[in-house]
Amino acid sequence: MIVVIDYKVGNVKSVCNAFRYIGCKVKLSCEPETVENASGIVLPGVAAFGYAVSALGSLAELIKEVALGGKPLLGICVGYQMLFETSSEYGRHDGLGLVSGSVVPIPPGRVVPHMGWNLVELPEDMELFAGLGSEKHFYFAHSFYAEVADSGARVAFTDYGFDLPAAVQKANIYGTQFHPEKSGNTGLKVLENFYEICKGEALKC
Amino acid sequence: MLTKRIIPCLDVKDNRVVKGVHFLNLRDAGDPVELGARYSDTGADELVFLDITATIHFRKTIVELVEKVAENVFIPFTVGGGIQTVEQIDELLRSGAEKVSVNTAAVENPELLAEAAQRFGNQCVVLAIDARRSKERPGKWQVCVKAGSEPTDIDVVEWAVKGEKLGAGEILLTSMDADGTKAGYDNELNKAVTDAVNIPVIASGGAGILEHLYDAIVDGGADAVLMASITHFGNYTIKQMKEYLRSRGIPVNL
Repeated sequence: MIVVIDYKVGNVKSVCNAFRYIGCKVKLSCEPETVENASGIVLPGVAAFGYAVSALGSLAELIKEVALGGKPLLGICVGYQMLFETSSEYGRHDGLGLVSGSVVPIPPGRVVPHMGWNLVELPEDMELFAGLGSEKHFYFAHSFYAEVADSGARVAFTDYGFDLPAAVQKANIYGTQFHPEKSGNTGLKVLENFYEICKGEALKC
Repeated sequence: MLTKRIIPCLDVKDNRVVKGVHFLNLRDAGDPVELGARYSDTGADELVFLDITATIHFRKTIVELVEKVAENVFIPFTVGGGIQTVEQIDELLRSGAEKVSVNTAAVENPELLAEAAQRFGNQCVVLAIDARRSKERPGKWQVCVKAGSEPTDIDVVEWAVKGEKLGAGEILLTSMDADGTKAGYDNELNKAVTDAVNIPVIASGGAGILEHLYDAIVDGGADAVLMASITHFGNYTIKQMKEYLRSRGIPVNL
């Protein structure tokens, strides 16, 4: 079962609905025991970074621990940004620090928020994008982005007047700046791929 | 590069999708959940649901509607109508809406935009503006509130600029003069607003033929085009709209 972290903020239901739609058992929870027993964890988030981090509270340490222990973790949008070390959205805030890098404002000279459908180049070696070909449109809605500084992470980019990191993968830790649960059939395929990854991990145990 | 978005708008009254002309003479256009799912399946980029009965009071039925829609729609959707507090915004986002639009409440209490942006991020906050050409000030538009029924002295362009400063992440700009006429968007209005702000603007009101969509994007500078009549009543499919725009060099998600 996949557990979607319920940190009482933003749009968490859509992620659950999308997993249910693809036939995956999913539970919205913030109970430590449920998180520990999950086959995979999804950290959603539609909120400002600081608010999301403080809403997560003591769960942050547990999520970090199980992710470092090998459990597949998928961060989406602000949940993805929280995988990094710091953010400067409305003040300076610490993230989970699972991937090196910092969350910074999209540079001036373009429309902000970066909101809408943008074309992502999909590296062949990122399991999240298996079966999707070399490029696909995904739905973005954000004003800050993660500058990835982790040599151990694979990154997929989209073009927004500069190479904007759209997704990251570091071992069992995955993240998408875009919203797969809002990216139509293409996005549902990404969630299916994460579901497959979780099933694979569960078999190893 | 971002694609230009095609956004069907579902005006909901008493749990039915309706569409009128100049906000009046409403005609039934179907069940909101069914219609929403159909648009999600057929390639719409986003949906907007406006509870047009709710302008004075926020109603629980809007939350139930959002929940049902969210089970069947896997593209972003915005919901609006009668929203007055950050708690109501929170409830709608938690129910599955991607964004919430505020109109009358933002005029009455502009701080609502700032509060919502700080708590949820400005990408969730859509400032909906119902604009009418001003008779007193030619070349200007006035903001109308309460489902367009009450004109104010506020200038649309000034309000859009202020809304952006306060924290709106997007502007849904409806021309009341063009609404439902199928005579084309008010691109003077669209241009005046898109020139003045840096956030995305959704042009709304007046779509009748495919060329109107192109004009709103090219002449009006719109990032997205919203339509109701021409798609609800079967004049054009989403795919036809996107194929047309692509054939004229506009980037679309097709």
